[in-house]
Amino acid sequence: MTDIAALPQREPFTQRINWVDIGPFIALAVLIIAGVIINPDFLSPTNVANVVTRSAFIAIIAVGATFVISSGGLDLSVGSMAAFVTGIMIMFMNAMVPSMGANAIIAGMALVLCVGALCGLFNGLIVTVGKIEPFIVTLGTMGIFRALITFMSDGGNIPIDRSLREPFRPVYYGNFIGIPIPIIVSIVVALIGAFILYKTKFGRRCAAVGANEDVARFSGISVGRIRTMAFVIQGICVAIAAICYVPRLGAATPTTGLLWELQVITAVVIGGTALRGGKGRIWGTIAGAVILEMIANLMVLSNFISEYLVAAVQGVIIIIAMLVQRFSKQP
Amino acid sequence: MLKRNLLAAAALATILVAAPALAQEKKTIAVSIPAATHGWTGGVVYHAQKAAEEINAAFPNIEVTVKTSPSAAAQVSALEDLTASGSLSALVILPFSSDELTGPVQSVSDAGTFITVVDRGLTDPEIQDLYVAGDNIAVGSTTAKFLVDNLGGKGDVVVLRGIPTVIDDERIQGFQEGLEGSDIKILDIQYANWNSDEAFSLMQDYLAKYPHIDAVWANDDDMLLGVLEAIEQSGRTEIKYALGGNGMKEIIEKVMAGDAMTPIETPYPPSMIKTAIYMTAAQFNGQAPVRGSVKLDAPLITKDNAEEYYFPDSPF
Repeated sequence: MTDIAALPQREPFTQRINWVDIGPFIALAVLIIAGVIINPDFLSPTNVANVVTRSAFIAIIAVGATFVISSGGLDLSVGSMAAFVTGIMIMFMNAMVPSMGANAIIAGMALVLCVGALCGLFNGLIVTVGKIEPFIVTLGTMGIFRALITFMSDGGNIPIDRSLREPFRPVYYGNFIGIPIPIIVSIVVALIGAFILYKTKFGRRCAAVGANEDVARFSGISVGRIRTMAFVIQGICVAIAAICYVPRLGAATPTTGLLWELQVITAVVIGGTALRGGKGRIWGTIAGAVILEMIANLMVLSNFISEYLVAAVQGVIIIIAMLVQRFSKQP
Repeated sequence: MLKRNLLAAAALATILVAAPALAQEKKTIAVSIPAATHGWTGGVVYHAQKAAEEINAAFPNIEVTVKTSPSAAAQVSALEDLTASGSLSALVILPFSSDELTGPVQSVSDAGTFITVVDRGLTDPEIQDLYVAGDNIAVGSTTAKFLVDNLGGKGDVVVLRGIPTVIDDERIQGFQEGLEGSDIKILDIQYANWNSDEAFSLMQDYLAKYPHIDAVWANDDDMLLGVLEAIEQSGRTEIKYALGGNGMKEIIEKVMAGDAMTPIETPYPPSMIKTAIYMTAAQFNGQAPVRGSVKLDAPLITKDNAEEYYFPDSPF
C-alpha cells in the first residue's frame, strides 16, 4: 500500500501533468503569441478587457453546458433560451418600473433566474421523463423559445425602460478594482461550477451517468434526476448570462443569442470535455470560450484575411486547437 | 371528342353566366409576405396590416387579406390555399426567395390574377404586372455623398456590412461609388450579419485596431445600435458620424432630435409594401392603370423631413 502511494513522486515531472487539462491553456497561449505577432495592439489593456468581457456570455452558459454534456446530454436551445429569458426579464422590469423604480432591476434578476431554471427543468423533464433524445428535445425547444421572443417583440425589439438604462449599465460596462463585472461574474460562476462538479456527490454522479448510464443505474444513482438537474443548472447559467447581457445593448431582439448554442458547444469541446459524456472540465470550458472570442478578434485585427474568408480561417483554427490537444495527450 | 366539346361548351357557359355576377362582387387582393423574424420584416407585417385595414375601410368593393409565411415552402403552400377559392383578383407578394417562388407565382398569374411583386424580384420579370422596390444602391450612395460633403472630402471611415446577399452587395457598391473622386478612405469592411451584438464586437475591434476614425457606416440600423454603444463605451471623441440605413424608428427619433453623431438616415422602408398595396387597389377601384416598375428612392432623411418616415407604432 505504501509503495503505491509513493509511486507518483518517482514519476518524471512531465508525466505528472495532466495534458488534457492544460491543453486548452496551451492553445490559448499559442493564440496569444500569434496575436501579438500579428498586431501588437492585441495585448493592449483595452482590447484584452473588451475581448474577455465579450466572451463572458458564452463562458457562463458553457459552464452550464459542461454539466449537461458531461452527464451525457446536449442542449441546443441555450441561444434561443437566452433571447427568451432576456425578453421576459425586460418586459417584467418595464412593467415594474412605475411601482418599484430602479429596484425593478433586482426583481428582474430574481425573476429571470426562476424563469431560466424553469426552462431548464422543462428541457430536462422531457428528456428524462419523456425518454427522448436530448438533441431532438432541445432542437424543438430551440424553435419554441425563438418563436416566443419573435412573437413577444412583433419581430422588432424589446427595449429596456429609459429610467433603468443608467442604473443597470454598470453590470456590463462597470468594473471592480479594474476588472470588468462580467469577467468577475464568469469567474464566480466557474468557481461554483468547479466546486459542484469536482467536490460534490452530485458532480461525481454527473460524470458517472455520462460515462456509463447502465453502470451508474446499477450503482443506485437516479440517472433521471441527475440529468434533469444538469439541465436546470444550464437554465440558471443562461439566466445569469442574460443578466449580464441586458445592460449591454439594453434590448432583446429575435436575433439575440443567434447561434450561441454552437459557440457554447464548441467552447466546451475545445475545453477538453468529451461530447459523448464522462468527465467535464470547467476551467477548460472557460479557456475555450475565451479562445473563440479571441479568434474572432484576431480576424479583425489582422490585415491579411479577406472578409469573405474569415469564417473559413476561424474553422481551421478551431480544428488546429483540437489537434494540439489530441497530440498533447500522449507526451 | 364530342364529350370534350360538350365540356368546353359547358365551361364557357359557366364563365359567361358568372362574369357579370363577378363584376358586382368584391375584388379580393391577397397579400403574401414573410413572417416577422427581424426588425425589417416586422415592419413589413405592420405596414401590410395597416394598409389592409385602411383600404377595407375606405373601399367597400375591395377586400384585402394578409397572409404571413415563415418559410419559402410555407409561402408556396399559402399561394395554393389563396388561389384554391379561385376568385383572387390580385396578389401582392414579397417573395421569400426569387427562385422558389417564380413557378408558383407564374401559375397564379396564369389563372388571370394581377401580380404585384415587392422588393425581391422573381427570376422572370414577365410574370409581374407591377413591381415596387427600394433602391439599395442609393442607400449606399446617398450616405456616401453626405460623408463626402460633411467631412470636407477627406477622412477615414470603417464599414460594417450585413449578410452576404445582393441587398448587402448593392449597398456596399453604392457606397464605394459614392466615395469615388474624394479622398475618403475606407479603412476596413467586415461582415456583422445585420446583428447588433456582432456589430458591437466588430466596432470594439475596429476601435482597437484604428487609432483614428472619422466616420462609421453600418449598412443597417440594427447594427448601428451596437456601433453606438461601442463608441460610447470607448470614450473616443474623434468620431464625427455614425450612420446607418433602413429607417428604424429609434434612429429616425435621433435624426428628429438633431443628434450630432447620427444627423441623417437613408430609408429602405418596409412601408414599400403599403405603397404596393395602395397602388394595386388603385388598379381595381379608380380604374387608374398602374402596370410598370416603381423604384422608391432613398432620399436623405434629415431633421426637416424625418416626420414623413416616422411610424411610432411600428415595431421597426
